[in-house]
Amino acid sequence: MSTNAKTRIVGAPVLRKEGVDKLLGRARYVDDIDREGMWPGATVRSTIPRGFIRSIGFDRRIDWSEFTIVSAADIPGKNHVQLIFADQPCLADGIVNHCDEAILLLAHPDKHKLREAVDAVHIEYEPLPPIFTIEESERQELVVWGSDNVVKSFLLEKGDVDSVWADAAHIVEGEYRTGAQEHLYIENNGVIADWNEAAGITVWGSLQCPYYVHRSLLAVFDLPEDKVRVIQTETGGAFGGKEDYPSTLAAHAALLAMKSCHPIKMVYDRMEDLAATTKRHPSRIRHRTALDKDGKLLAMDIDIATDAGAYSTLSSTVLSRATLHSPGPYVCPNVRIRSRAWATNTVPYGAFRGFGAPQAIFAIERHMDEIASEIDIDPIELRRRNFLHDGDTTATEQVMRDPVILDQLLDRALRESDYHAKRARFATENPTSAVKRGMGVAAFYHGSGFTGSGERYLNSLAGVDVTPVGKLRVLVANTEFGQGTNTILTQIAAEAIGIGYDDVIMAPADTGIVPNSGPTVASRTSMVVGRLIERACSQLIAMLREHAGLGEHFTSEEFFEASERYRAAHGEVVSLCRYEAPPNVFWDDQKYRGEAYPAYAWSIQIAQVAVDTVTYSAEVEDFWAVQEVGRVLNPVLAGGQIEGGVAQGIGYALYEKVVLQSGHMANNQMTNYIMPTAEDVPLIHVFFEEIPFQHGAFGAKGIGELPHDGPAPAILNAIKDATGVSFRSIPLLPEDLFEKLVAREIVEEAATI
Amino acid sequence: MSRSQCMLRFTVNGQDRAVRVFPMKRLLDVLREDLRLTGTKEGCGEGECGSCSIRMNGALVNSCLVPVLQAEGADIQTVEGLATSGSLHPLQQAFLQCGGAQCGICTPGMLMAATQLLSINPHPTMAEIREGLAGNLCRCTGFIRIFDSVIAAAARNQSSDQAVHAR
Repeated sequence: MSTNAKTRIVGAPVLRKEGVDKLLGRARYVDDIDREGMWPGATVRSTIPRGFIRSIGFDRRIDWSEFTIVSAADIPGKNHVQLIFADQPCLADGIVNHCDEAILLLAHPDKHKLREAVDAVHIEYEPLPPIFTIEESERQELVVWGSDNVVKSFLLEKGDVDSVWADAAHIVEGEYRTGAQEHLYIENNGVIADWNEAAGITVWGSLQCPYYVHRSLLAVFDLPEDKVRVIQTETGGAFGGKEDYPSTLAAHAALLAMKSCHPIKMVYDRMEDLAATTKRHPSRIRHRTALDKDGKLLAMDIDIATDAGAYSTLSSTVLSRATLHSPGPYVCPNVRIRSRAWATNTVPYGAFRGFGAPQAIFAIERHMDEIASEIDIDPIELRRRNFLHDGDTTATEQVMRDPVILDQLLDRALRESDYHAKRARFATENPTSAVKRGMGVAAFYHGSGFTGSGERYLNSLAGVDVTPVGKLRVLVANTEFGQGTNTILTQIAAEAIGIGYDDVIMAPADTGIVPNSGPTVASRTSMVVGRLIERACSQLIAMLREHAGLGEHFTSEEFFEASERYRAAHGEVVSLCRYEAPPNVFWDDQKYRGEAYPAYAWSIQIAQVAVDTVTYSAEVEDFWAVQEVGRVLNPVLAGGQIEGGVAQGIGYALYEKVVLQSGHMANNQMTNYIMPTAEDVPLIHVFFEEIPFQHGAFGAKGIGELPHDGPAPAILNAIKDATGVSFRSIPLLPEDLFEKLVAREIVEEAATI
Repeated sequence: MSRSQCMLRFTVNGQDRAVRVFPMKRLLDVLREDLRLTGTKEGCGEGECGSCSIRMNGALVNSCLVPVLQAEGADIQTVEGLATSGSLHPLQQAFLQCGGAQCGICTPGMLMAATQLLSINPHPTMAEIREGLAGNLCRCTGFIRIFDSVIAAAARNQSSDQAVHAR
């Protein structure tokens, strides 16, 4: 179907598919589920960051015969969590590499006794020296991972960077840092596992990727595919935080279920979830940039270092996305990007909305403002002079074949925010006001779908069938966790067949029922999986026309009648489609060259920030987000994605600080890990420009991660505009503002004496 | 903590309920485990996130911080008590239409906070809405569409007020 065709359901603000259940309080999250004979399970964790386990003692005051106890020795298959590399044990065996690493599992019918028992296990260690920072890891005096602490590295080169420095009119350098960030989904990680000899393992859980968990369990239990079944329950937020961790948790619960012969529920409380599960990778990014006298980019030399934590998890692919987003949405003939993920003895960092891009975009978009002030050019003008346009090539030499409308997005954002008039007004007001106001901009893209050859390797399969009760059913392993998968895929299927929204249902995300349509990550669901559903629907119509007399034009009723005729003659009414890469897509995994992503979503964000020089608090007063994400499939859901992402980005910039002590999260409570509340978020003004993408479902590109990429640099740029002081590190808390702003006041006072 | 259970009585969503429980058991757990009213959620267990918000004797409380003993004789309302005879409460309808619920885990608590707000202030200003919902954390929406939902429900109040005046 043409992406410009008029649609009935796609593009309409239809109501969230599972909305009524959620509003009535009857949606069933994992902790709402009870099973006959179910026991709670708990985890005994390491209290030191690195060392050998010398002994495990059990307090004699506890009757341990009542408990099921699982250690690494109980694992029937391989003791590792299967992700990209197999370096992370499911349970520590003789050595621990970070605080809060799982060592022992306990289960007991009484949750109070279980809690007492966890504290009654005494583990003796022979400590080894740990490392906690990128810099310590880089020194390689202590090697805590592999042969050199380098979990992954990339080198990407375009042109000849070193030929440029000598003759460049300007060279600007800068170093930028970002901290860890916790997902803070309001529902903690949790699963239920059951086991019996005949059926094998069944897991129900709060998770993003049922087939990731499935694959991981196969390895841990050494079972054939049909003896492991993974079912997603209603999921109360994920943001990447339930991409890889559920593989670990599911294995733990299943081990206890197998040994105890009881269903096991493991639902973390907030303190355990914060201490033990993954977070966004901290980063340090250095830019060295050459420009000509007109402010055109000549060379970008970028050095990226991320903190991977103790095990590799998804650090390699996060680093890849950071690398590919680090040059920003600009044209530059000479680019060199060297990136490395460094191991430390902290809880492994993992996937989080944006997946490396927020770190990289913070650095380049702060750096663009630093360049602008250094070479004395307006930051808006500097960006305009260097924006990518159609036909330009990126750092990977990908030609921008689809329209790139950054200028148009920027014009709209400037107009909607009244940027120039406000900047002028603030410049007049600020000198006599204790509250300094400023405006800041960030320009960026986010690549939709898996990087490079990723989607080809995934080789996703998805489709639809018709149920005997007369519903079209969407068959995908892609999960709903608030972002709107159910609604969007239902809209796509209803539109593609030409039936009503209520004629379509979602199959449960259950590996026993649905094919592997890939993980629900990387802003791929609407664009990639949606496209598979669109194709599967067209294929189904063709099938019914050929074999069941479906007419050229038909009503819903006629469609389901034809389906039943087909069923009577041929059996199941099902249509599945496998991923096909868009044509002319080339990617070289070795040289990191070619089409890094099939499509890009583009955005300009503007923040209006007030810095109170009495309290040293920074407040985002107003926020504008203008973006091009292809066709908008549902304006209410799309707006919600942008607003939610912006709010998380504001938290990333100004509120959310993970405090580590010996690699353990010291502020692992909502009392002292602070996210923005209803009183902290500004009004967020959202505008879409729509350019349908030929290879996405009804023209859709990715949307989910994009909005989290821009707020941090836009806000810190606004703070620089307000105060004249550059901050190059987030989170930026009042104490950080105080330190630098007071230091400047002292210097200024000294100068006036 | 008392080791012996006791019988407690209170009203939940208009129905008289009696439970034999430990008096220091959290009201949240009594609702979820003893009464199987699982609409009320636990997010943090320390009164920060508001997912377990319920109304008790006309006040908004975090049920994770209330020992059930304190609920003796109380009139309690949970999310399950909002809809009447199969039709959504105006706030539920507004949340559905405005996109006020995404993942849905904060939604029951958010709905109770919004119900409480509109019960004492049927036409709140934006600042009053923000203040009224400040104890309830939502990680998905950025709150914007939750504000829209409360405004939409309040507008329905307004039109029903006007209908009353017109009569």
